[in-house]
Amino acid sequence: MKTVEEIKSAIEEAVPGAAVEIAPNPNPALPHSLRIAADNMLAAAKFLRDDAELKLDYLSNVTGVDWPESLEAVYHLYSVEKKHGPVIIRMHTENRTDHVELPSLTPIWRSAEFQEREIFDLYGIVFTGHPDLRRLLMWEGFKDHPMRRDYVAPDDFEYEPTAHDEVLKRAQAHEAALHGQSIPGQTGTEAGA
Amino acid sequence: MSLTQSDSAAVAGQLEGWSRPTMMEPESEGELMEVAMGPHHPSTHGVFRMDVTLDGERVMRLRPVFGYLHRNHEKIAEGQSYLASMPYTDRLDYICPLTNNWAYALAVEKLAGQEVPERAEYLRVILGELTRFQNHASSIGFLTQEMGAMGTPLMYAFREREKILDLFEELTGARMMVNYMRFGGCRVDASTEWLERTRKVVAGLNKFTDEFDRLLSTNEILMARTQGVGVLKAELAVNAGVTGPMLRASGVNYDIRKVDSYSIYNRCKFRVPLGDHGDVYDRYMIRMLEMRESIGILEQALRDIPGGPVMSPTAKIRGFRPKPGEAYGRIEAPKGELGFYLISNGGPNPYRYRVRPPSLINLTVLEDMCLGVNVADVVLIFGSVDIVLGEVDR
Repeated sequence: MKTVEEIKSAIEEAVPGAAVEIAPNPNPALPHSLRIAADNMLAAAKFLRDDAELKLDYLSNVTGVDWPESLEAVYHLYSVEKKHGPVIIRMHTENRTDHVELPSLTPIWRSAEFQEREIFDLYGIVFTGHPDLRRLLMWEGFKDHPMRRDYVAPDDFEYEPTAHDEVLKRAQAHEAALHGQSIPGQTGTEAGA
Repeated sequence: MSLTQSDSAAVAGQLEGWSRPTMMEPESEGELMEVAMGPHHPSTHGVFRMDVTLDGERVMRLRPVFGYLHRNHEKIAEGQSYLASMPYTDRLDYICPLTNNWAYALAVEKLAGQEVPERAEYLRVILGELTRFQNHASSIGFLTQEMGAMGTPLMYAFREREKILDLFEELTGARMMVNYMRFGGCRVDASTEWLERTRKVVAGLNKFTDEFDRLLSTNEILMARTQGVGVLKAELAVNAGVTGPMLRASGVNYDIRKVDSYSIYNRCKFRVPLGDHGDVYDRYMIRMLEMRESIGILEQALRDIPGGPVMSPTAKIRGFRPKPGEAYGRIEAPKGELGFYLISNGGPNPYRYRVRPPSLINLTVLEDMCLGVNVADVVLIFGSVDIVLGEVDR
């Protein structure tokens, strides 16, 4: 298989103006990865998948990482056809607070679908172009992103914001609307609304 | 009841090289019905929910809902030492705790550049293949249970599983929560008596597999219910990251034991069974054939296992701090590619600890396989994926 340097120049050739740099692994015995600018990511990923020599048709693993300055998404690519890999590509957001959008690679590899949803859920990276970006593991209506390193767990672990009160109120209003006129003593309900 | 087109359908045109299932057009003029199958449904193998939209008996849309067993395993692991996560990996895929141990140990060994002695590698392969055997046997048992064979094949499978779990208990001290592997080897050595007993059990597995095969493979009901049901095309399977027996049932030759040839698998002779059609029957059959290959690997490993230590003398237990770096280790677990991605900043805890769960990612294509089939077949297709919720939700 090509080395990381060769893959870097191949991407730069195929995607004009792509900002690709080698992110060295702090442990030199382990494989290095490629950091690709978020703007070029989709085109670069498409090239990596379709290039006849690389044919990285299998996206194995998508990881979210919370760094002090930014959030990062790491993709581990393999080739089922050529049986080589991994090629590791990564991109990071501008910051951790308001610019947290990254392009989704789900249009290229479907296996990112649930994994990117999980990262959106637990890290709060917003993957633009994802066909179905919803929380995966936490419940709908949950506010925070628990995998972030500054996440503070609530004191009452058992508390879950179930909708009892609100649902109860709605049910009462509904009942009243249905039977409001026939039940004596229930004034002020919007009968028939 | 009015249902809007799935929001995902709107962007389906932008996808490159694959299409996302969109909601089907109902044929009848009756009302559509939304049914929540699960989280407490006998067919879901745990707490998993499928929101199914039905037109009569046919599935128009299927939405999997996850998270009922979520305990943020990754966050917990980032807050404790590397070794302290080892027993916790038993709880991911609790049918196959030893392969979870193995994948995690492999990733950490990569990260720390730790060698593993030969005897430990053999023990790992023996335990990994025993795990694969009992996982496939029980998964076939559950599948037949779901098509109405109430208990019989499952009890046969569990009879063999019990023998294997007894071996695990004798070696590790626990039937399921084994906590057996360490970075640089295994916790305790196997005695000669244990190896002898394992040889005896393995010799019996052949007979069991023959019996199981005769009982099920040409059974008319099983064939009628599974052939041509839940077909998964090879192209979609690769693109969706499906791994394990499910990928090979679709005819894709990708077995990490062969591709990475980690541990001592390059010394073992075994074949990789492949399916033709990618339907539920093929997935069943691949598991059956892999059980036979596992017996072959077990026989070789039990024959060739050398003496020597099971822990590397350079292995560090206390004060274990791998150098800064990142590593991804993966193995062919019974359910697919199980990987661990670790980032170390030199501290005693991992900076990032990520589990690549095969069960979750294999479910990506559940909706594709289920659209248009009857509800009863959804149960079968779901069963043929072979998942464990402890790993899906983590």
